[in-house]
Amino acid sequence: MHTFEFIRPPDPAAAIAAAAKAKTAQQGADVRFMGGGTTLIDLMKLNVETPNRVLDINRLPLDKIETTADGGLKIGATARNSDLAYHATVQRDYSVLSQAILQGASAQIRNMATVAGNLLQRTRCVYFRDTAMPCNKREPGTGCPAITGHNRTLAILGASEQCVATNPSDMCVALAALDAVVHIQSPKGSRAVAFGDFHLLPGSTPQRETVLESGDLITHVTLPPPIRGSKQLYLKLRDRASYEFALASAAVVLTISSGNITRARIALGGVGTKPWRSPEAEAALTGKPATGATFRQAADAALQAAKPQSENRFKIELAKRCLTHALRTAAA
Amino acid sequence: MADNPQSDPVDPSRRRFLKTSGTTAAVGVISAYLPPHASSAVEPTGESEVNRPTIEGAVPITLRINGKDHKLNIDPRTTLLDCIRETVTLTGTKKGCDHGQCGACTVHVDGKRVLSCLNLALMHDGHEITTIEGLGTPDALHPMQKAFLDYDGYQCGYCTSGQIMSAVALLKEPCGPDDASVKELMSGNICRCGAYANIVAAIQQARKRA
Repeated sequence: MHTFEFIRPPDPAAAIAAAAKAKTAQQGADVRFMGGGTTLIDLMKLNVETPNRVLDINRLPLDKIETTADGGLKIGATARNSDLAYHATVQRDYSVLSQAILQGASAQIRNMATVAGNLLQRTRCVYFRDTAMPCNKREPGTGCPAITGHNRTLAILGASEQCVATNPSDMCVALAALDAVVHIQSPKGSRAVAFGDFHLLPGSTPQRETVLESGDLITHVTLPPPIRGSKQLYLKLRDRASYEFALASAAVVLTISSGNITRARIALGGVGTKPWRSPEAEAALTGKPATGATFRQAADAALQAAKPQSENRFKIELAKRCLTHALRTAAA
Repeated sequence: MADNPQSDPVDPSRRRFLKTSGTTAAVGVISAYLPPHASSAVEPTGESEVNRPTIEGAVPITLRINGKDHKLNIDPRTTLLDCIRETVTLTGTKKGCDHGQCGACTVHVDGKRVLSCLNLALMHDGHEITTIEGLGTPDALHPMQKAFLDYDGYQCGYCTSGQIMSAVALLKEPCGPDDASVKELMSGNICRCGAYANIVAAIQQARKRA
């Protein structure tokens, strides 16, 4: 691990001012906020992350989970994943989020990992994590060995010729389906970013993963008021039963009235280069009868643009069955 | 160690086992690899303040571990795990993968289980840290330690302190009554020997007694 200066800013403004001096908030950042450390310390040990300054934000007053004036939920940036997953309001009104978090990582990691940190979770692509290998995400322009190499677990949606890395988060898949909003404070003021706009597709700049700029501090995430009567499910398929990243997952929020689907929010995990909201599946479901045939059509629509890598053609059918099964279970 | 805990008095100290089982050569080898300041790890004295050479860029910190304050001077890069093992010389907490994938380094921070390998020691001033040494003593075992002995919840023992720290934390977490719920909440602790069946049995027994 490279040496760094450990700083504990006294308030958010000091944290933002210190971070604003960084050259970038993306890959290669020389200043990093430290939340739970579960991603950052891991990557610092591998020399994938080499910040000169580490800003410990764990003691800033950003860990509250509270109801908003409009009946939604405000989730502080440093709220721990376990506190969020077991929060009574989340379990009752946003159960897909609770389910997604509890199917990710382990109990220890969920006690450490923060909500904002999970938004910035890095890919598990083996080439990204190994500094002896080329990687366009880690070192732009060096190439992508994953395209012709080990890519079984990598993306089939949203990949580019530069990068096929999967976003590994479960929590983000649920947040995508719940229409979350990310709130960011910077030296210029505060702004709100719709969840679907927060993560970027790799395109020709895979080192840029989010819209964050130097000095941007995620302060909280909000959820709109709950959809009363909705049926919610997170289904995760993986190589072992627990403590493993998704090969395919689906977050489903369905409202059904008299056997017809009146509203559907669908997102997929484990298959995309970002948490993958599927308007195609939502369009295929809305206004249709809640039947197996409808669910299969929605799954076909969700994966229509999928392009397999050399080792993961199976993921297309796996993701379809994952979504179909999630819809059928949620609707039952 | 004892094959049958029912008929054989169990000495739960693995280090004492090494010293009393006639493997004096093994003890000699182990001692040779321990730095002089780590002698307290071989013969626990309760005193773990150590004098260390000055480290460039080191930062002073007071860490509260097992109810005792330790005034330390540490390199900011020091993980909580390395601080506990190397600086404070409490070697019950184990380093397995060092990347958050195995659970061997599990300790409690303010009563919650965390992975000490993915935390910096500097993040934890003012926190109450508990390691396996703070759970029980050979003469007064924590009920979970006793259950692991009774149910033979280990083979080589390397993952055991992490398993027990996780299992003790699990007692206060939302966990269904069945074995499947225990397995799910213990999935972050890998046992390469495969003692899982006995580990689950030990935890279920301790939950019944709790």
